[in-house]
Amino acid sequence: MPQYTLWISARKDSGTAWFLGALGLIVVGVPLLNQVVPASSPFHISAYGLTLVGKYLCYALLAVSVDLIWGYCGILSLGQAAFFSLGGYAMGMYLMREIGPRGVYGDPVLPDFMVFLNYKSLPWFWHGFNHFGFAFLMMALAPGLLAFAFGWFAFRSRVTGVYLSIITQALTYALMLAFFRNDMGFGGNNGFTDFKDILGFDLHSDRVRVVLLVITGITLGASYLVCRMIVSSRAGRVIRAIRDAESRTRFLGYRVESYKLWIFVFSAVLAGIAGALYVPQIGIINPSEFSPINSIEVVIWVAVGGRGTLYGAAAGALLVNYAKTYFTSTIPEAWNYALGALFVLVTLFLPRGIVGIVTGRVRKPRTVQPSPKPADIPEPSSK
Amino acid sequence: MSERRNTLTLDKLTVSFDGFKALNELTLQVEPGELRCIIGPNGAGKTTMMDVITGKTRPDSGSASFGSGVDLLSMSEPEIAQAGIGRKFQKPTVFERLTVFENLELALAGDKSFLRTLFARRTASQDKRIYEVLEIIGLVPQHQILAGTLAHGQKQWLEIGMLMMQEPALMLVDEPVAGMTPQEIERTAALLLSLAGEHSVVVVEHDMDFVRSIAKRVTVLHEGHVIAEGDMDQVQKDPRVIEVYLGA
Repeated sequence: MPQYTLWISARKDSGTAWFLGALGLIVVGVPLLNQVVPASSPFHISAYGLTLVGKYLCYALLAVSVDLIWGYCGILSLGQAAFFSLGGYAMGMYLMREIGPRGVYGDPVLPDFMVFLNYKSLPWFWHGFNHFGFAFLMMALAPGLLAFAFGWFAFRSRVTGVYLSIITQALTYALMLAFFRNDMGFGGNNGFTDFKDILGFDLHSDRVRVVLLVITGITLGASYLVCRMIVSSRAGRVIRAIRDAESRTRFLGYRVESYKLWIFVFSAVLAGIAGALYVPQIGIINPSEFSPINSIEVVIWVAVGGRGTLYGAAAGALLVNYAKTYFTSTIPEAWNYALGALFVLVTLFLPRGIVGIVTGRVRKPRTVQPSPKPADIPEPSSK
Repeated sequence: MSERRNTLTLDKLTVSFDGFKALNELTLQVEPGELRCIIGPNGAGKTTMMDVITGKTRPDSGSASFGSGVDLLSMSEPEIAQAGIGRKFQKPTVFERLTVFENLELALAGDKSFLRTLFARRTASQDKRIYEVLEIIGLVPQHQILAGTLAHGQKQWLEIGMLMMQEPALMLVDEPVAGMTPQEIERTAALLLSLAGEHSVVVVEHDMDFVRSIAKRVTVLHEGHVIAEGDMDQVQKDPRVIEVYLGA
């Protein structure tokens, strides 16, 4: 019965096309404006601009990961920054080892902060991070395992709604306090910084920054497509069913906690990858990344963009962060109020976010349709 | 799941909420292929009984089994559903933000693990089955619209359709005709009668005319206990039934 299949798959594709088109434009255009357009031109994008765009793209990936669990599965995680930061720390550990003997103290193995804090030898969990492959694995594994352990207990105990949100918030807060401690072996409140290079390439050169930005863009696009595939599969419809009527889904024979766990772990891995891409571009990672307010901000980006669409989350992350960059450089004291007001206004007047305004204008609202002519009724398959 | 020859046996089930006994040593047996109606005044324990059978509520004591050796009390809701017990709720519960078609698709019998549904493709026979059910429940023209926009009676029918998609050995149907027009009630009666035989069907209903039109065997509950069982005429003549429920 091709009619059904066509209708279901064609329903949401225009948003994906717009998103991938805009992303392609950024990934091609921004590097060109940096590398080809001369610095004297007003269209030139500086190294600072490159870093900024790269940061926005990491945030967009983080927002997509939140939309996947919140917009589609109804899991409002207020601790997504924990997974982002863990991925970032895994990348940071690699970058610290990569500095080698070039640190201020010149120790052949120990990173500067360990020398400063009187470490005699490398803590056991730092071994292996001199290999990029191992570090790369940990960028996904560390957030994934934490999400698995957390989700396994939370979902099996059927913790939902606001209670789940509160314990995710507690999770990221606890991690922040732990990472602030000097004896944790993660650099205490200074975290990691002064990175030199990645895989032998100088992190301060524009070319390497361009490559990192392109890699971030491609990762965002690929992750988006995987998320799109998940939400348009039958599993995606089960996940939306869980969001709307969890116990009904159980009575149809679906193991709800297992669905939630899969999607939560996958989302955490995406957040971890976003954090891993963020650190080499920003050049620093410290425990304030775990701060509860960061996770809440991500939720605001998603709400502003329009949840349950994936591209809306990405657009919201780009727009809100652009506004943040702009406001914090002109009237910094007003930003937190503006952000709070934005969230209240969107919640009250734009439940579908910016995407809701755009699609609401383009598409007629879908109400009960008139009965189709007999010809429109699909025939049963004879096979 | 294709095993249809299963007997539902409830033995001395007791459920209490804060001292109130919703079920009080309830004992009941439903034979394979039987159509059983359960009636009783409000608070008689009808919905609690369904909650226990489907794993939503755990009893304080007693046993509930399905077929040979399937202990319902040790199973979770999805396990019970997979074992072949389907349920339609009193308040129609459909997935409002999915289409009618998608609602039926999710109810399809089969492997319901995450990885299976992630890569699942509908087969021609599944599409055919969905179409057949759409025709039976009269929602072919509405198959593309969101289930939340259906009229109340249509939601009831969609939920019955979802029950049919599950191909359960036992269907628990809670108040199927609430909010329906007389014509819809008639169609629902015919549908439930056609389902019995292949499936066991347990119907909880308040509408006496409806019960009379479909029931072969009626069980009357009162205060969590079976007080009468038999055909409609027998039950209506039972003095205890007259006293607690039908009588003036």
